[in-house]
Amino acid sequence: MAEYLIKNGFVFDPVQGIKGDAVDVAIKDGKIVETTALSSPKVIDATGKTVMAGGVDIHAHVAGPKVNIGRNFRPEDKLFTYKPKNGIERMQGGFSVPTTIRTGYNYARMGYTTVMEAAMPPLYARHTHEEMRDTPILDQGAYPVFGNNWFVLEYLKNHEIENTAAYIAWLLRVTKGYAVKVVNPGGTEAWGWGLNCENVHDPVPYFDITPAQIIKGLIEANEYLGLPHSMHMHANNLGNPGNYTTTLDSFKLSEGIKPKSKFGRDQVLHHTHVQFHSYGGDSWGNMESKAKEIMDYVNSHDNITIDIGQVTLDETTTMTADGPFEHHLTELNHLKWANADVELETAAGVVPYLYSPNIKVCAIQWCIGLELALLAKDPMRVFITTDHPNAGLFIRYPRIMKWLMSTEAREQQFDAFKHKDKVIDATNLAGIDRELGLYEIAQMTRTGTAKSLGLSHLYGGLAPGLEADVAVYDFNPNKPYVPDDIEKAFLNAEHVFKAGVQVVKDHEIASNGNKRTLWVNAKVNENPQVMRDVKEKFLRYYTVNLNNYEVAGHYLPNPYVIEVDATE
Amino acid sequence: MTRTVTDVICPFCGTLCDDLEVVVSDDGKDLLEVYNACAIGAEKFLHSQAKDRITRPRMRQEDGSWKEISYDEAIEYTARMLTEAKKPLMYGWSSTNCEAQAVGSEIGEAVGAVMDNTATVCHGTSLIAVQDIGIPSCTLGEIKNRADRILFWGCNPAHAHPRHMSRYSIFPRGFFTGKGHAGRKMIVVDPRPTDTASLADIHLQIEQGHDYELLDALRVAFKGEQLPDVVAGIPKEKIYEVADMLKSGRFAIIFFGMGVTQSLGKNHNIDEAIAVTRDLNEYTKAAIMPMRGHYNVTGSGQVWGWLFGFPYAVDLSRGFARYNPGETTSNDLLRRDEVDAVFVLGSDPGAHFPFSSVKKIYNRPSVVIDPHETPTTEVCKVHVPVAFVGVEVGGCAYRMDNVPIETRKVVEPPEGMMTDEEFLKRVLGRVKEIQGV
Repeated sequence: MAEYLIKNGFVFDPVQGIKGDAVDVAIKDGKIVETTALSSPKVIDATGKTVMAGGVDIHAHVAGPKVNIGRNFRPEDKLFTYKPKNGIERMQGGFSVPTTIRTGYNYARMGYTTVMEAAMPPLYARHTHEEMRDTPILDQGAYPVFGNNWFVLEYLKNHEIENTAAYIAWLLRVTKGYAVKVVNPGGTEAWGWGLNCENVHDPVPYFDITPAQIIKGLIEANEYLGLPHSMHMHANNLGNPGNYTTTLDSFKLSEGIKPKSKFGRDQVLHHTHVQFHSYGGDSWGNMESKAKEIMDYVNSHDNITIDIGQVTLDETTTMTADGPFEHHLTELNHLKWANADVELETAAGVVPYLYSPNIKVCAIQWCIGLELALLAKDPMRVFITTDHPNAGLFIRYPRIMKWLMSTEAREQQFDAFKHKDKVIDATNLAGIDRELGLYEIAQMTRTGTAKSLGLSHLYGGLAPGLEADVAVYDFNPNKPYVPDDIEKAFLNAEHVFKAGVQVVKDHEIASNGNKRTLWVNAKVNENPQVMRDVKEKFLRYYTVNLNNYEVAGHYLPNPYVIEVDATE
Repeated sequence: MTRTVTDVICPFCGTLCDDLEVVVSDDGKDLLEVYNACAIGAEKFLHSQAKDRITRPRMRQEDGSWKEISYDEAIEYTARMLTEAKKPLMYGWSSTNCEAQAVGSEIGEAVGAVMDNTATVCHGTSLIAVQDIGIPSCTLGEIKNRADRILFWGCNPAHAHPRHMSRYSIFPRGFFTGKGHAGRKMIVVDPRPTDTASLADIHLQIEQGHDYELLDALRVAFKGEQLPDVVAGIPKEKIYEVADMLKSGRFAIIFFGMGVTQSLGKNHNIDEAIAVTRDLNEYTKAAIMPMRGHYNVTGSGQVWGWLFGFPYAVDLSRGFARYNPGETTSNDLLRRDEVDAVFVLGSDPGAHFPFSSVKKIYNRPSVVIDPHETPTTEVCKVHVPVAFVGVEVGGCAYRMDNVPIETRKVVEPPEGMMTDEEFLKRVLGRVKEIQGV
């Protein structure tokens, strides 16, 4: 493999504590190495440019059945967005729900090299892996959903942590999944009857269990196994005014639980797209930001990480395993609605949505996301996402960086709101003058996410021994710039390396890379009860035979297996 | 000695049963018996054993007779035909696996083809309706475990999806449906007295072509508003009765087939059927599902969805994907003379397209990839026989509810026979050589 020496760039690497010093980065055999280890490298002059590790996205919906529903049922999303094939680049289309090819290329262009698919229905795992296989360049993993799974509901009703853990280990293995995802615990099962669970004590119909029991039980089972990532949650009551109390109630369920993982993470709960869960008021008329209350809790509890789910004020396509929420949304905006309930496991809904700067609620949502990030005391625990494509598009990450790094950029946006004064009254953002620096941005987009995922031995930094995932941006932090320069530079990296392969060269895609799929193989003690329950459920209630359920290895042409031993 | 292969997936219809048992000879070369399958599915497996099966590619001669050619010659012809054409049509893709569909898509992208699947004459109208209004749906296991109101509209599963009612919709005892069919109400809407209709609690023998009116009348009835005495040949009392029956269920499902998708009104019928389902969700839980025909037509829509963003009628001829049903659909292209070569895989347009379209195929350079001899092989210039997907080679297929299942290989194909995927990969390689990329 070619050796590279990236010379003299302004390096931002939280792993080594480098805060913009001019440092050389050396690449050999797919890894970062000491500069002395190179013999005859290709030299890339990064003088006056910013150098960071490849970005790591902890939560995006980019592959799988509901994503493809979004593509297929929105031909309008392709209008004026298509890019013809060109050299090694295949044709690319779609805006809010891009094709898999565009997904890979667009992330790479931003210097992102690892992306986690945030919700994989186990029965559709094969589909998710087919799409990830066809997404170039990126390392990817997918989180199977557990929060409404009948096995989990039945085990946790009696607090059977060991059985839950054995089932999780089995399901991760057969679906080739990465982490334990929970979406609207209990509420999505209730949606099987058109109902919902609106708070953590609202019992699940028939199953006689509360969301609180599901959340706590899954955190405990996750730590019983010691998985690389913590339990990853989208709590109940998403998107409703006054829901911040439900969010705090959900957070509190993690209190007193310590991480038991060998993968270097400190949290036991990751709560995703918290912007959607930080609303005060009791109607759309008086809805207000409760980001301060939420961040007071997060800042004082170090066993939690969050991502923000920033609204980017775009037309987009919402999609979530929170089936009842999507029904609620289509009743609100009267746009087309797709729903897909999945036997014994989960559900999903898809509804297009327009976040308009002329609508007060959308503008308040925009403020809340930024408040969460700006009120963060520890940027290693608060991450930039858009819950792509729910709150916005992943290609807006550079724009979010701009907003976080510049009060001027925020003021420009405030001035563009139709209801500016009402928005300012309902939020805290106008009174926050904090401007994040590139070091904090690197923590929120790379180092922190890699650590939370239990992947800091691979990603998130530029220390020798880590994967050679490196991005060079045409941005000089020591020279005067206008806010838009930030967005422009980080949207279109000059050079990007993925595992030592140059995938972007002079702002153009240079290689389709060598994508890997990450999954977790957790070994547990033999558990005859769980295996009997699995056989029984497949025989009686599934419509697919047990022997046809497992995703075979060839759907992951280039797997990266993380072994976990929970037998002791 | 023989051995039995279990959990075999049936590569016939969109029901995609995965519980077949197939008895094969010990050397894996002969398929002897098939259990659990319906008559059509069993025949598909047994047919692969026909002694007079075509096993080598053949090319049509001047006098109309066939001449056997090698696979290499067939690959050369196909690659030349596709690269030399300005706008080739690559049609079918419904009776093959997703692996072959993905390679075929790459060829289509390289040569600038129009990619279309059998939805174009089947559920394409449903796909358009979904783009209009969305679709509240679910997996078939949700029906089995929860549904107590089953409505079949313009479809006849007793004949077209023979195990649908026993595996998923009417007879199974699921988690919340322990009484099986006794706990379910079954409604059939069909102008014909079909075998499916004979099982129904209520058969609405609708006047042909009046589906939209009846669907609309149901929405009126849900709201308790006034109806004319008779709508679409059905007395209003009956319509109110059906509306109440649907509303009073815990979980209602509408299955619909080509009786509504390809009769008067087409996609507008489906718009309205989906609107009925949306309305029902105000009162109870309801879902709707197209009864997809070929076992993997759904998969081709999925593969094109993630590669191009459209489920059928995808025109790649400009170097990017365009979708405009009516313009980029196979029959419209053929009849307007807008395509100059035809490639068919995994379908039989010779049997299903209008004669005016079939004549156009006959008049053009054409290749058909199919294990069988079909009406399409009769009008094409080159016929390439391949291994049966799901019998002689595995690969992924999507059930009518979009659930992907990996089909199994149960016997060896005849010696030297290529699979769809192998053939396409060779064609892709040759196309790239010809194009010099």
